[in-house]
Amino acid sequence: MIEPFVRHTGSVASLPRADVDTDQIIPKQFLKRVERTGFGPALFYDWRFRPDGSPNPEFELNQPESQGATILLTGANFGCGSSREHAVWALREYGFRAILAPSFADIFYANCCQNGVLAVRLRPEEISELLRRHAAAGGDYRLSIDLETQRVADGRGFAAAFPIETYRKEMLLRGLDEIGRTLLVEGAIAAFERGTRNVERGTDGWTSVPRSDFRVPPFGEGS
Amino acid sequence: MTPRTLFEKVWDAHVVYRFPEGPALLYVDLHLVHEVTSPQAFAGLRQAGRRVRRPELTVATVDHNVPTGDRALPIEDPVAARQLDALAENVRDFGVELFDLQSPNQGIVHVIGPELGLTQPGMVIVCGDSHTSTHGAFGALALGIGTSEVEHVLATQCLVWSKPQTMEARISGAPPPGVTAKDLILALIGRIGTAGATGHVIEYTGDAIRALTMEERMTVCNMSIEAGARAGMIAPDETTFAYLAGRPRAPAGAAWTRAVETWHELRTDPGATYDSSVMLDAVAVAPQVTWGTSPGMVTDITGSVPDPAGFPSDDERRAAARALEYMGLAPGTALAGLPIDRVFLGSCTNARIEDLRAAARVVRGRRVASGVRALVVPGSQQVRAQAEREGLDRVFREAGFEWRNAGCSMCLGMNADILQSGERCASTSNRNFEGRQGRGGRTHLMSPPMAAAAAVAGRLVDVREWAWEREEELAAP
Repeated sequence: MIEPFVRHTGSVASLPRADVDTDQIIPKQFLKRVERTGFGPALFYDWRFRPDGSPNPEFELNQPESQGATILLTGANFGCGSSREHAVWALREYGFRAILAPSFADIFYANCCQNGVLAVRLRPEEISELLRRHAAAGGDYRLSIDLETQRVADGRGFAAAFPIETYRKEMLLRGLDEIGRTLLVEGAIAAFERGTRNVERGTDGWTSVPRSDFRVPPFGEGS
Repeated sequence: MTPRTLFEKVWDAHVVYRFPEGPALLYVDLHLVHEVTSPQAFAGLRQAGRRVRRPELTVATVDHNVPTGDRALPIEDPVAARQLDALAENVRDFGVELFDLQSPNQGIVHVIGPELGLTQPGMVIVCGDSHTSTHGAFGALALGIGTSEVEHVLATQCLVWSKPQTMEARISGAPPPGVTAKDLILALIGRIGTAGATGHVIEYTGDAIRALTMEERMTVCNMSIEAGARAGMIAPDETTFAYLAGRPRAPAGAAWTRAVETWHELRTDPGATYDSSVMLDAVAVAPQVTWGTSPGMVTDITGSVPDPAGFPSDDERRAAARALEYMGLAPGTALAGLPIDRVFLGSCTNARIEDLRAAARVVRGRRVASGVRALVVPGSQQVRAQAEREGLDRVFREAGFEWRNAGCSMCLGMNADILQSGERCASTSNRNFEGRQGRGGRTHLMSPPMAAAAAVAGRLVDVREWAWEREEELAAP
């Protein structure tokens, strides 16, 4: 169901701004859909379109060289703010498979992984170098990303390694459904609920309540 | 035993399983659900033929897209109505409790959780909303999650999370009169930046934190995410227990006594260490106002709009220049005196009863300035009812404020409450991002008394001087 990410080569669009928040990635008026689809056309809506609905030619993604880009090169703290996963759905549907930035907000980073989008953390100086090369290439700049070896390269002398937690890497490489994976250890959840297993419980008395007995009490009852 | 931080105690108590590749499977005690980030999660469950594992630990309400006008009228926005209908159908099919628009307990999810006593110390609490960090005020580990994670929690009652780092934010000293919890957290964000605590859980400590009421602590923890931290926590104490005692969903009788005994252990042990730390002297904090398009772009009300050229890095210079252009501000402009068009008193940050009382004290007997449209949106129907019992609604209405029903409202403008392009708003909410309150809208974040004073003055003012003027006026014959 989730498209695995193993290797990807594609053209690069740049959005050289820091602190791009999820309100910009997908403005709130588009959050009323009950599906996971239909968000691509609204990506960066307030930046991409003028108030009259026509494309804003100034915006980076509207420039001819950005058309068909599958890799987004951007600034630090990308995806900060709201937890809306709609932001990742919009980026993916628009066509982005990978986002390269010096840093990402925590919730956004986790959301990317759930949707087969690779969030690549590179050093600030490496991102600056990529931005320079992208600008110098005048619209014809491609990058190859290899998740197995955790490397990004442009075939013109730039190569960099990036970190990723093994768990996330495996999920992306195999397009894993996280729920299915967790249910493989369902026995541990059931044991925890019975109060018979908590691997790090130590001596804390307050953790000894079996979770299966725990519930939110109705009004007036207390527990 | 090795000394542990508050965070580590709660974390350790909830680890169900550790994946060999890194993260932990963490048990969730309370899952709060709202209409905007849950429909796709329920749809996913249906598609896979899964049920909600612990519906009795799952509580839903409607807040993000709901109208705040007359509740007897049908919802005008058909797309919003469809989302509300989807939630009603989902909770019915999956056996989850819902506080809907007709419920006297409806409200912003982060207001009603504490208010009903659902939020308790030592819990792991999640919700598909980044301001879930609010609940950390009770010594819970509470964090916002994405919709895929919502589905995961519904199906497994667990969250996969890699153990974050810890940061101590120690706030010391007594804040001067006119300086609120909102000013403390804005000042802290201004200090460490909007990514200052990324990858961390913040624990707020220090005598300034101890002296805060529960509602003030919620304001502080609420904005942890604005500093990049997925969660913020405050160790529970007598203030916490006094707040919780007698709440409808809090333990009662013998269970209460047992609970309080165990909650007493929820504090950072002497000798435990944090991965990083930051200090703030509350004595030196002035009322804060944001000038830009990120909560970190903030300064004292006595200050002025900074010159982008004065920032140390290219990124910051560009961001500041862009922000000033969006905000329609020139470098060097004094913040006090800046004319405003709208005032929003609301949001999960500042729409609890103490916030409304503080704002009403400023407003009482005065009028909203001509040309200013001001809105009070209580955080919950319970807050609204309490305010009405205290006559605060009359204070606001007589001053010319609109008095609304509960919801997120103009904090994110998913309903009809939005700014028009170019309008400048004094807001008690949490995000001043471009377009957050409406495309082209210009948001200045501040405390409830500051926003109330701005409404009356028609411009940003220093509430400390305001209080002083007021006393003089009252003392006059």
